[in-house]
Amino acid sequence: MSLDPPLGQSHGDAGAGVVITSEQGTGDAWEAGHHAPAIGPWQLAFRRLRRNKVSIAFLVLFIVLVVACLLAPVYSSDIAHIGPNANNITGTINVGGKSENVVSVSGVPIGPTFTRHYFFGADTNGRDLAVRLLYGGRTSLLIGGIATLIIIVFGTLIGLVSGYARGPVDAVLRWLMELVWSFPPVILGVVVGTALAFGGIGPIKGNSVLIPTFIIGGIYVPYLGKPIRGEVLRLREQDFVDAARVQGLSPWRIMLTEILPNAASTITVFVPIMLANTILLESYLSFLGAGVQAPNASWGTLIGDGISYISTTPTFSLIPGAMLVLTVLSINIVGDGVRDALDPRAQVRIKT
Amino acid sequence: MAERLLEVEDLEVSFVTEDGVVRAVDGVSFSLDRGEVVAIVGESGSGKSVTVMTLMGLTRSPNARFGGSARLGDRDLVGASERELESIRGQEIAMIFQDPISSLSPVHRIGDQIVEQIRAHEKISKAAAFDRAVDLMERVGIPRARDRARAYPHEFSGGMRQRAMIAMALSLSPGVLIADEPTTALDVTIQAQILNEIKQLSQEGDSGVIFVTHDLGVVADIADRVLVMYAGRVVEQGTLDEIFYDPQHPYTWGLLGSVTRMDREPPRRLPAIPGQPPSLANTPEGCHFRPRCPHAFDRCTEVPPLESRVPESPEHTDRCWLDVAEKRARREVDGRIGLNAAVPS
Amino acid sequence: MARFIVRRSISAVALLIATSFLVFSFFELIPSYNPARAIAGRDANQTTVNEVARKFDLNKPFYIQYANTMKLVFTGQVIDYTDDLNVVDQFRQRLPVTVSLVVPAAILWLVTSVLLGSVSALRVGRLTDRGVMVAAIIGVSVPIFLLAALLLYLFAYKLTWFPNTGYTHFGDSPTQWAYHLILPWISIATLSVGFYSRVLRSNLLDMVNQDFVRTARAKGLPRRQVFIRHVLRNSIMPIITLFGLDFALLLGGAALVTETVFNLPGIGQYEASAIGNLDVPPILVGSIFTAFFVVAFGALVDLLYAVLDPRIRLSG
Repeated sequence: MSLDPPLGQSHGDAGAGVVITSEQGTGDAWEAGHHAPAIGPWQLAFRRLRRNKVSIAFLVLFIVLVVACLLAPVYSSDIAHIGPNANNITGTINVGGKSENVVSVSGVPIGPTFTRHYFFGADTNGRDLAVRLLYGGRTSLLIGGIATLIIIVFGTLIGLVSGYARGPVDAVLRWLMELVWSFPPVILGVVVGTALAFGGIGPIKGNSVLIPTFIIGGIYVPYLGKPIRGEVLRLREQDFVDAARVQGLSPWRIMLTEILPNAASTITVFVPIMLANTILLESYLSFLGAGVQAPNASWGTLIGDGISYISTTPTFSLIPGAMLVLTVLSINIVGDGVRDALDPRAQVRIKT
Repeated sequence: MAERLLEVEDLEVSFVTEDGVVRAVDGVSFSLDRGEVVAIVGESGSGKSVTVMTLMGLTRSPNARFGGSARLGDRDLVGASERELESIRGQEIAMIFQDPISSLSPVHRIGDQIVEQIRAHEKISKAAAFDRAVDLMERVGIPRARDRARAYPHEFSGGMRQRAMIAMALSLSPGVLIADEPTTALDVTIQAQILNEIKQLSQEGDSGVIFVTHDLGVVADIADRVLVMYAGRVVEQGTLDEIFYDPQHPYTWGLLGSVTRMDREPPRRLPAIPGQPPSLANTPEGCHFRPRCPHAFDRCTEVPPLESRVPESPEHTDRCWLDVAEKRARREVDGRIGLNAAVPS
Repeated sequence: MARFIVRRSISAVALLIATSFLVFSFFELIPSYNPARAIAGRDANQTTVNEVARKFDLNKPFYIQYANTMKLVFTGQVIDYTDDLNVVDQFRQRLPVTVSLVVPAAILWLVTSVLLGSVSALRVGRLTDRGVMVAAIIGVSVPIFLLAALLLYLFAYKLTWFPNTGYTHFGDSPTQWAYHLILPWISIATLSVGFYSRVLRSNLLDMVNQDFVRTARAKGLPRRQVFIRHVLRNSIMPIITLFGLDFALLLGGAALVTETVFNLPGIGQYEASAIGNLDVPPILVGSIFTAFFVVAFGALVDLLYAVLDPRIRLSG
């Protein structure tokens, strides 16, 4: 049982009675050699992250998954020889010398063959699941990536402006953020997604993947904007910001060169969290039919397609599911590693 | 001779951290008698707090390593089981902490926090324990104690909170009372009252007090004997008079020199010890004070043992290689003790 | 106290009006949205559609439509467009199902996450801690519908320990009721257990370093008492806030994924199908319903806070 605080020196004895100056005293070989060369907080964090073997392993796994999904067209054209949207309901393939229907007479798709054709089996339209899995992954990752970018850019911008300007600008922005925040992401996403999928919006067609991307990005902007705003409110009261103001720097200059760099570690911690959340939300929306629209695939739509066949062809939904979970899990683990590296107080440093 | 309460011998505490092994306490020895006040003096990070916390087993953690012994009666506190420690804590050794604001639970009533301690060690009813808590609070000077016992810490002033802490510490009449900078977080006027409170307790003669502080003014007020700690080691140990009037270690000179005194002409600049204390993960070879000491010489790369170097007082020990006569010649300028730049001998 | 209730009620009404108005106006903004066509049905001709539009005042200005609809909602007469069912009746009938799903799941996840978070914090850095944290991070990485699918496959189809889908009323047979709901409960609880136990663990570890915990130990209290009375007691507040909001959202229909996969006739399932059909009245009532629960549980959480922490005063 360990109620004991790790590290014994947190018991503060703040010196007040004894005056100790910080000026360096006698030159001494020990003193000169003792102080490690100054390294920046980012370098330090990077070093800590590199020492975190588990995080690095999952970072590698994530990169492998991303590269595999990006290579979807190569797999499709050079290995499986079938496009992601090519139907083949009536087709047959040769499995272990026997000819089998891709989709059985009763409409049940074939399971994994582990050959170059229909490696993971087929879907109800006789499409190659492995090909669709990679293309679907590409869509999921793309939506997650772009949505995360939107969140980072707009969340940071809104947080900066809201926290720095205060007053009516802040009031309006905060009200907007509260509004989005007060709806559960899945419900908000499904309502907006369904509505827009009907007729599209402006020049964007209803079945464009941009619609779920923008929706997901928009929903999560306040989830970054609010903490950044809080951080900015705290930072703007600091002496170095006053100093910049006294120097006559413009508000934008102060926001970008004084405050933003100090909020950067908070933003960095949020990147993996947001990536994991956007990919998850995409899967929820697509599963419920409010995200990626046919004929495009994403991991969410594939799971949704397969779930009716869970009793006959469980691989149909569970393989895309496994890909999704592996991806989100690796992002979450890397995210934990990044957070611990940037804010060592957040974890408990124990080496026994 | 008074009854010996506590005998600490060669206590070592180190913590395994990311930056290496931190040797927070490095071979500390001292004793405490009944009715005596021993002050442990040092800067932040000198290991004084870790020393006393270790006596209560409060520094135990998966990354902590211990050595030496601390005998309370016939038990060794360093090797004691958690269960043994639980019965010792609060009952035989009690502790008053620096910050009375954060040291009391914000969500429990003051009286209940005292009752909780009494009932952890004695099988008595809640009502009886509460009555005792009220008596204790009255004894340490909290007015309208019966009403105040039902208040929460945030409804108390800083001084009153510290009185409540003292009442709590006294609730089982412990033999050893540890006060870890009990007045640091308080206003000066309140400080004096709290010090009086603690002094009275020790004079009543039942307990021994270990008083941890960085404030030499407070030490002069309250201590019988003084331990000066620097970077995990005791650098000097003696009676109050020995330390104040015949300090042997240059670090002690530095401490004394940086106290402003009302009975002297104030100096133009407050003297200060140059440099900073070393990181405990990477202490200098030999005497830990060497890098900051203007009097350091070749021999200081060897660790000086803590031994008596003043012929006339064998109990007065220090860790400095300099000759006694040399020390006495170097430490004073214009009748004022201080860590002065090297004076040619 | 009275002031607290009055103030909260006022802000609740404001929130209900604001959300319903927003939901309503959002659909007005969608170019392809045509409630008259939705009511008349897919095959209806233009004349029928026009007739429906006149009958339901759908040609009137937007704010009049909103006022009319809200009047219908609060008199309990509003009907949905797709099946001509009374929406309020539907909610009344379906609420027991959602409550049966959400309340036991909430108890399950709260108890489990407090246990796991505590065990993890108490054994920090050791194998138990690592194991729990690995499980927790997997828990937050699996979408509910996938977990539901996996549970269905394993326990309903492969092992046939549990029925695949469906619902039995508690009044009809409590054992059948529980038997049908075990898999849905686990599906909902797992994600929250993962999330809550991670949050609780880090709160506990922060709290262990607090001075008053050190005091409690210095008093010689037994470890169990130090942990429960001092550490856990002070760490549980953020969990309660999270819980209040999550619980309210789930009661209001946020369990739609679970209800859809397990075919449970609850509020979430109704809302899911309404969303699919762009059927505004159920969505509107659902949002009002959710907002009500959010406000109610928000007030309850604040009350609980005031009880648990004497430093906090109730404010509107």
